[in-house]
Amino acid sequence: MGLLDAAITKHNVLVTSVDNVLNWARLSSLWPMGFGLACCAIEMMATNASNYDLERFGIFPRSSPRQSDLMIVAGTVTMKMAERVIRLYEQMPEPRYVLSMGSCSNCGGPYWEHGYHVLKGVDRIIPVDVYVPGCPPRPESLIGGLMKVQELIRMEQIGVSRADALKKLAEKSVDPQFVIELERKAASA
Amino acid sequence: MEEGKVLSQSVQLSAAAYAIIHEKFGAALSAFDSNETMPFFEVIDISLWPEIALFMRDHPKLRFNYMACLSGVDFQAEDKVGIVCNIESLGQFNHKLAVKVKCPRSGGSIPSVAYVWHTANWHEREAYDMFGMLFTGHPDMRRILCPDDWEGYPLLKDYKVQETYHGIKVPY
Repeated sequence: MGLLDAAITKHNVLVTSVDNVLNWARLSSLWPMGFGLACCAIEMMATNASNYDLERFGIFPRSSPRQSDLMIVAGTVTMKMAERVIRLYEQMPEPRYVLSMGSCSNCGGPYWEHGYHVLKGVDRIIPVDVYVPGCPPRPESLIGGLMKVQELIRMEQIGVSRADALKKLAEKSVDPQFVIELERKAASA
Repeated sequence: MEEGKVLSQSVQLSAAAYAIIHEKFGAALSAFDSNETMPFFEVIDISLWPEIALFMRDHPKLRFNYMACLSGVDFQAEDKVGIVCNIESLGQFNHKLAVKVKCPRSGGSIPSVAYVWHTANWHEREAYDMFGMLFTGHPDMRRILCPDDWEGYPLLKDYKVQETYHGIKVPY
């Protein structure tokens, strides 16, 4: 039973830390900026829509960078767009997070060699917190990436830098190889 | 045209249209090529190209009223760049022809047909953007896809991408 169901009557006190409350509030209302650049955007919109329903996590696209906490770079970043992406990133209020969605924005994707017009990885121009691989990633992967951003926020504390929070997140992460082996064994059995 | 070759009906229509243009412009055109997928001729005297285009559009037996596409091509072996125009007569005679126009690879220019078919306006800009040939008489001759200050013409076969663009590294 949750706290609300437990019939808390009057004169009760909940004790927690400021960090916890702040982090809980921030990670429960991650507002991404509503912009898409290519086919990944279609997948992102599908994730927003009713089947995958990102609103259950409090994730709701905003139409202005001024109101956004998170930038989902969904798609191919061209050299022309790169400068606009920097501008949009700079317009977002801190603390801000960047999720790079799909191969194109991770590293140039299929355009890595002959795509003269494509930026080979959005991390060349703005700092990226979470990379989601895939071409395009399925909604489950994107949700996985968003959960990772939430975990990152959970690691943050007042007076702890983003770099330290990322380090803490890396220490807590599970080696995927172990899980893969486990799944393989279960499949063959 | 190869003798004794059986032409399909649509190529026969194209050949008949070519005959009318050839009658008027003669040596300014190359011979007709009865390519099954894309019957074409080349304009040899390229200064006559807008006149030929206007003739093709307005002649009562031709009425090429529709430019389906205008593509740039790099003929590196001939040291030329050029355009291939796919022109059709929609709803009138239903014949089609492709026209090739070539110019020197560096500093070459082709007369614009943007005022004959408005489709050519953006397509010529794209050909300029990708291959670097200029279109004389075009109402708005500037790049259309690449940034205005981009260096080089990306679809040339010997194109090398620039190292940086506005301080951002371009190659992988």
